[in-house]
Amino acid sequence: MIDYHAILPEIILGVTVLAVLATDLVTREKYYGAIVGMVGLFAALVPIFTLGVCDDLAFCSGSLPRELFGGSYVVDQYSLVMKGLFIGAAFIAILLSVAYLQSDRFYEGEYYFLLLAALFGAVVMASSRDFITMIVGLELVSGPGFLLAGWRKADEKSNEAALKYFIIGVIAFALLVMGVSLLYGISGTQLFADLAVAPAAVVDEPVFLLGMLFVFLGFTFKISAVPFHVWTPDVYEGSPTPVTAWLSVGSKTAGFVGFLSVAYLAFPTHANLWGPLLWILAIASMTLGNLVAVKQTNIVRLLGYSSIAQAGFMLAPFGAAAAAGADLQQAFGATIIYLLIYAVMNLGAFGVVIAGGARVKSYELDDWAGMWRWAPGLTVLLAMFFMSLAGIPPLAGWFAKLAMFSATIGVGSWWGYSIAVIAALNSVVAFVYYSKVVKSTVFDNVPDHVDPEALSRIELAPTLTVALGVTTILVLFLGVFPGVIGNLSKFASEILAGTF
Amino acid sequence: MEWFDSGWGLSLVVFLPLVGALVLAAIPRANEAAMKWVALVTAIVTFVVSIVLAMRFDYGAAADIQFGTNLPWIDAISANYHIGIDGISLPLVVLSTFITLLVVIYSWEHWPEPHNPKLLLALVMILATGMTGTFVALDLILFFVFFEIVLLPMYFMIGIWGDTSMRVVPVVNWEIELRLYASIKFFLFTLFGSAFMLLGFLALYFKSGDVGPNTFDILQLSELGRAGVFTGAFAFWVFAALFLGFAVKVPMWPLHTWLPDAHTAAPTIGSVILAAILLKLGTYGFIRILIPILPDEARRWAWFIGVLAVIGIIYGSLACLAQNDVKRLIAYSSVGHMGFVMLGVATMTDIGINAAIIGMVAHGLITGLLFFIAGSMAHRYHTRDMNRLGGQMLLMPKMGVLLGFAAMASLGLPSLAGFWGEFMSLLASFNPLDGLSLGLFRTLMVLASIGTVMTAGYMLWMLRSVNFGEPAAEWLDDHNLHDVDKFEWMAWAPLVVMTIAIGIYPKIVLGATNDAVVNLVNKAFGG
Repeated sequence: MIDYHAILPEIILGVTVLAVLATDLVTREKYYGAIVGMVGLFAALVPIFTLGVCDDLAFCSGSLPRELFGGSYVVDQYSLVMKGLFIGAAFIAILLSVAYLQSDRFYEGEYYFLLLAALFGAVVMASSRDFITMIVGLELVSGPGFLLAGWRKADEKSNEAALKYFIIGVIAFALLVMGVSLLYGISGTQLFADLAVAPAAVVDEPVFLLGMLFVFLGFTFKISAVPFHVWTPDVYEGSPTPVTAWLSVGSKTAGFVGFLSVAYLAFPTHANLWGPLLWILAIASMTLGNLVAVKQTNIVRLLGYSSIAQAGFMLAPFGAAAAAGADLQQAFGATIIYLLIYAVMNLGAFGVVIAGGARVKSYELDDWAGMWRWAPGLTVLLAMFFMSLAGIPPLAGWFAKLAMFSATIGVGSWWGYSIAVIAALNSVVAFVYYSKVVKSTVFDNVPDHVDPEALSRIELAPTLTVALGVTTILVLFLGVFPGVIGNLSKFASEILAGTF
Repeated sequence: MEWFDSGWGLSLVVFLPLVGALVLAAIPRANEAAMKWVALVTAIVTFVVSIVLAMRFDYGAAADIQFGTNLPWIDAISANYHIGIDGISLPLVVLSTFITLLVVIYSWEHWPEPHNPKLLLALVMILATGMTGTFVALDLILFFVFFEIVLLPMYFMIGIWGDTSMRVVPVVNWEIELRLYASIKFFLFTLFGSAFMLLGFLALYFKSGDVGPNTFDILQLSELGRAGVFTGAFAFWVFAALFLGFAVKVPMWPLHTWLPDAHTAAPTIGSVILAAILLKLGTYGFIRILIPILPDEARRWAWFIGVLAVIGIIYGSLACLAQNDVKRLIAYSSVGHMGFVMLGVATMTDIGINAAIIGMVAHGLITGLLFFIAGSMAHRYHTRDMNRLGGQMLLMPKMGVLLGFAAMASLGLPSLAGFWGEFMSLLASFNPLDGLSLGLFRTLMVLASIGTVMTAGYMLWMLRSVNFGEPAAEWLDDHNLHDVDKFEWMAWAPLVVMTIAIGIYPKIVLGATNDAVVNLVNKAFGG
């Protein structure tokens, strides 16, 4: 007997994906696809909510975690929080896309179909507890991504982006699958729970270690961490900007979900082996991302390098706690806090970038100079989101940084202290380039070739307004009352309590 | 008034300006009169509430936390909205609301370019929230958030309304507008310090878990500090991290280099707020957090703080002598004055810390006044170059007299407020806390005394070249040079009055601080 309540979100999303495709067939008003999609997303949130509170209700049968398909698919607190995040991110991404797609001759119906398919993959990943399901989910996220990156068909850069993304993605995927097959070959299982308790004879084999290494490196592609980060700036720049917003939040978070699940559910007992690796990757990502970002003049490329650096910050608690052999729960919680807050502020930042780009028709910072004169409201939001990314209180980003510092210091060994100090230095460097955007738009004068009068008359698309409104309120609210996120992350990391 | 005493009064002082800022944001751009009135009413109400606090304050129990409340804020890390004031924070809270009010009055008809009253006033209001918030916070995370909130408004203030003259960046030789250079430099220095400060706070939080529940509470951590929970290498590294955070803000030599640039570049009211209050956040951190929580480490490194403080005094004075820019001169004089404050702190005695607090208040009043006057002068002359100025007593006699008064107060003339901080600080270094090297501190005392002479030197030199002599030909027919106007009088007269009042009757400040300071020193050093 299948627990239909547990997989109701996936069923609703699956139906939505098909409904969007069908809508495209029967109507000429292509934005109907977006409306159908958004209704489906709302509907999918309902069972996620009921599953979350079911534990406390008398009439509701079953409690978390709910295991399906022989433990391959598990609905627990952690997966529910992540699914909620994915659906929210997809919702904002659709809002960001509508006006953009109508501004030029893009395929619309297929676009929403692919975006929702990618979301479906991400949602599946959140519940996967074996490698096969995980890989299917991962590919469902990646495949549409390759296509969407090339959506600006007439633009060479977009073609380049799609190709680059595809090739590096396939290499990383090959590495991942190679790792999984090695693990399966040596241990005879691909269930996370079984791998976690693999006998010492298996674990001590060098092949096991190699498999683990390959798996982790494979995931670094999706989260754009070193060493598979090189695609990030080019793909971000070349892709249609709403797609970039999805890649930098939805797709990246999906990668992290895979990372978290594999690290904490499949290999918790081997933390001393993968910990130092992640520790190094975290430092490399944040340092490299930040240093290169300082030199960027294109706002989307800048966000690309920022995304690499932020991945480093997110990995830091992982690496430190695992390397030191400390309790992983705090690092787990910190990463979830970081992911949730990062999603909100990064989507907001992309929202402003899309709104600004729609007016200036360029993403070069020099052309954005003096934006304050022709779009004061938008500039305030831009400054707010970028300062939030830099982690300045009272904007939400500060709590993400605090959680990260707290989890690294809390490790209580030199693995944690050293990475905390490096991250502190990095957050100072990060301010240099985040503030560069603010400096350009607020302090600098409007360049000669830009006509502020004409630009100030262009109105903001209503869908963008909604997206910016939602993210703005969240960034401010979560900055002042971060306890909400703290509780959510506590709820999500309940699965870890008592596991170790 | 039960509600007022149990947290609401203090919360009003902290958050009323923020409400004012939100109202300002809602006012249409064209309606400038409404903006001014909203800002003024907010500032007056906030000031009045802080005065009511000062009147209801129980001076007999100045060592206790009053008007406080402690509400849960972020459960996940047990950070609380814990606020309250004792005799140490009270004068600083009142100083903040006072200066904010004067800044709003001064702004009434003195808008820096580009003209944008809405944003400027809103930033002043946000600054006010951050400043008073820092002085009332009794939770490390709350303290950190308020400490950082002031950064963005000041960054924008310098960057938007700052000095547009060109300046060459050292080392890389780029030419860049001073406002851009100064704004980012100010932010990066402070952020650098506060990032490490935050790491230090977190380390304390986890260490406190060894003997009970983890806490960010400043009072509880002070108790733990007294009980000797924080020792050894741990204490040293936390001390280093917190020291970095606070020392950048003070600023102590050699971390002071952001200050001359920021003060010179900032618009008049920005310089005033920066000098009068923002610098005090650092020294307040030393007194409220560093000494009580890490007393042993503070005692061990007192010599280091003292030496840096005196280097700051001497260096600041020497640098002043080399300036031609009036604002830059006042900025360097701040480095020297804050050196005296830190010397007082370094002695770790009740006299020294009292000296530090009265020095902070006096510096806020006097340097605030100096920056007001320098700003108004620059507005009239369109230059700050002392070589071109001169004969102000003939051109604008009232302005000249006020400048003379402020300069006298700044060089520590007895019977004016500036005297007490310097005098008591020197007195304290004659007799520092038991266990501190007597020889070293007495040497520091002598060097700092030489610093006071040099301060007198550069202040008098500045007066000579600005106030006295014959005015240069270019100023004689300049109709821009009207004397002090009524808004300037309204903003400056209270500063003059308070400078004299505290000078004659220092108990206005010391009456509040003394018990709290004695209690702090006794608890920290058991003496």
